[in-house]
Amino acid sequence: MELKTKVNAEEGRQDLTITRDFELPVALLFKAYMEADLIEQWMGNKVLKLESRKHGSYQFEATDPKGNKHRFSGTIHDVAENTKMVRTFEMEGTPFGVQLEVYEFEQLTEHTSRLNMHVIYESVAQRNEVLKMPFKQGINWAHNRLEEIVNKLK
Amino acid sequence: MNLRRDVFQAIADPTRRAILMLVATQSMTAGAIAANFDTARPTVSKHLAILTECELLRQEQNGREMYYHLNPNKMKEIADFIEPFRKMWDDRFNKLENVMKLYNAKK
Repeated sequence: MELKTKVNAEEGRQDLTITRDFELPVALLFKAYMEADLIEQWMGNKVLKLESRKHGSYQFEATDPKGNKHRFSGTIHDVAENTKMVRTFEMEGTPFGVQLEVYEFEQLTEHTSRLNMHVIYESVAQRNEVLKMPFKQGINWAHNRLEEIVNKLK
Repeated sequence: MNLRRDVFQAIADPTRRAILMLVATQSMTAGAIAANFDTARPTVSKHLAILTECELLRQEQNGREMYYHLNPNKMKEIADFIEPFRKMWDDRFNKLENVMKLYNAKK
């Protein structure tokens, strides 16, 4: 089965890509990232601040099951309607550092769209921390036989 | 946890990855595997030992020959490591899709 969301994290790199196809027109997909009340609905966070424009910034707050509040924030570097957004992202008060996120919104058909997320971390080590493993391999060894074998086991 | 880290260290090496790909289709003897590499035979043996130690390879005696074959369950375990991260994003995007479908319907 083709997975809707794909993560590609190549070994030894400090970035990764996340790709997802949506049954949504690209304008709606884009809107989901631009408006506070929509973000609150799908991310389940409180939006403390959101300026969806070039040189804008944002701050969200998430509450974990224990009731602890976690804030994450960043600066919006650029926004191009229905096409692109570039922003930084930081989990406040954690050692994970800052990451740069490039969002590309792509129209596939009138009713479908694709999101390409390119996330760049401060270091290879930091990315691997985020992935919660020394590095990612296994299933994403492109075009190799091992992948086929692994898939047969699913 | 240590064992898992070992598995990832094992597949970090390009020669060891090449070995895994070789034996993915058929079991092979150490000699047959070594014949595919320019590296010295003892080096290949060391790689085989590491891969066997972390259970990516299994040894099987067949007559006088020792064959190496892939342990697919261990491979699956590695593949599953990224899965929680992917799943997290998949869930998040599913929510986004639902919220926006609803939003669209309400308009």
